[in-house]
Amino acid sequence: MIQGLAFYLFACITIASAVMVISARNPVHSVLFLILAFFNSAGLFVLMGAEFLAMILVVVYVGAVAVLFLFVVMMLDINFVELRQGFLQYMPIGALVGLILLVELIAVLGGHHLAAETGVHAAAPVPEQMTNTQALGELIYTHYLYLFQAAGVVLLVAMIGAIVLTHRKRPGVRKQRISDQVRRGPEDSIEVRKIEPGRGI
Amino acid sequence: MLEIGLSHYLTVAAILFTLGIFGIFLNRKNVIVILMSVELMLLAVNINLVAFSMELHDLVGQVFTMFVLTVAAAEASIGLAILVVYFRNRGSIAVEDINVMKG
Repeated sequence: MIQGLAFYLFACITIASAVMVISARNPVHSVLFLILAFFNSAGLFVLMGAEFLAMILVVVYVGAVAVLFLFVVMMLDINFVELRQGFLQYMPIGALVGLILLVELIAVLGGHHLAAETGVHAAAPVPEQMTNTQALGELIYTHYLYLFQAAGVVLLVAMIGAIVLTHRKRPGVRKQRISDQVRRGPEDSIEVRKIEPGRGI
Repeated sequence: MLEIGLSHYLTVAAILFTLGIFGIFLNRKNVIVILMSVELMLLAVNINLVAFSMELHDLVGQVFTMFVLTVAAAEASIGLAILVVYFRNRGSIAVEDINVMKG
């Protein structure tokens, strides 16, 4: 009963905020509704018994990705009115494609039927007497260790890529170069001249 | 009605995925909203994976969701970095101008 009510609450808010994400006039509002959608799907994850993933969703998506979006939206000085031209022009084809896809997905959902022996061959059955986080940890640090490392490499490459892409050399900016300062000797900075008495330089 | 099963979660995920695709069509000019729509679609996929993980009592679905999340975060960061560089060079983020490439 409570579970059902919570499901409908989370699902309705998720879908409503997803609608607002794609239709809000101001991209800042879109990002804020995206955060709301992520929070409520984290609630759905908790209902499904995946607490660790729910927390990861809040931490990673709301804490990092959505804030990154917000940062970029606010940093770029964009004329958003101009970008909204053609909104209605693409509406019919978008609605058509979306409707066809939704009908197909619903048809698949309505007709699906799990084979009786599907659950028997689980690759990693959910262990009893263990929290979700501990069970996931026991799995990814043993069976899925290489995939876990590969995910780390993906993140590292993304980080380096983002830095390389956005880093730029600005002309006219003076920087301290310590090696030049250390290498500098008396011969670079002092010049000894003979001055005849009674005459200037 | 209040008995929640696999198909409820799959329906929510299907609607979210469709909304993501609809958003890509709707905001053809705004790359930021397109990236957000992609995030919505990945979220729908994650909900699907976790729902099946719950239904089949198999943790692999949740492990896979973590990897999808990782890739989504990487994709968002790289996409936004490209967007910032593009805006710096051209002064706009209209998608239609991106095909004007210079080698």
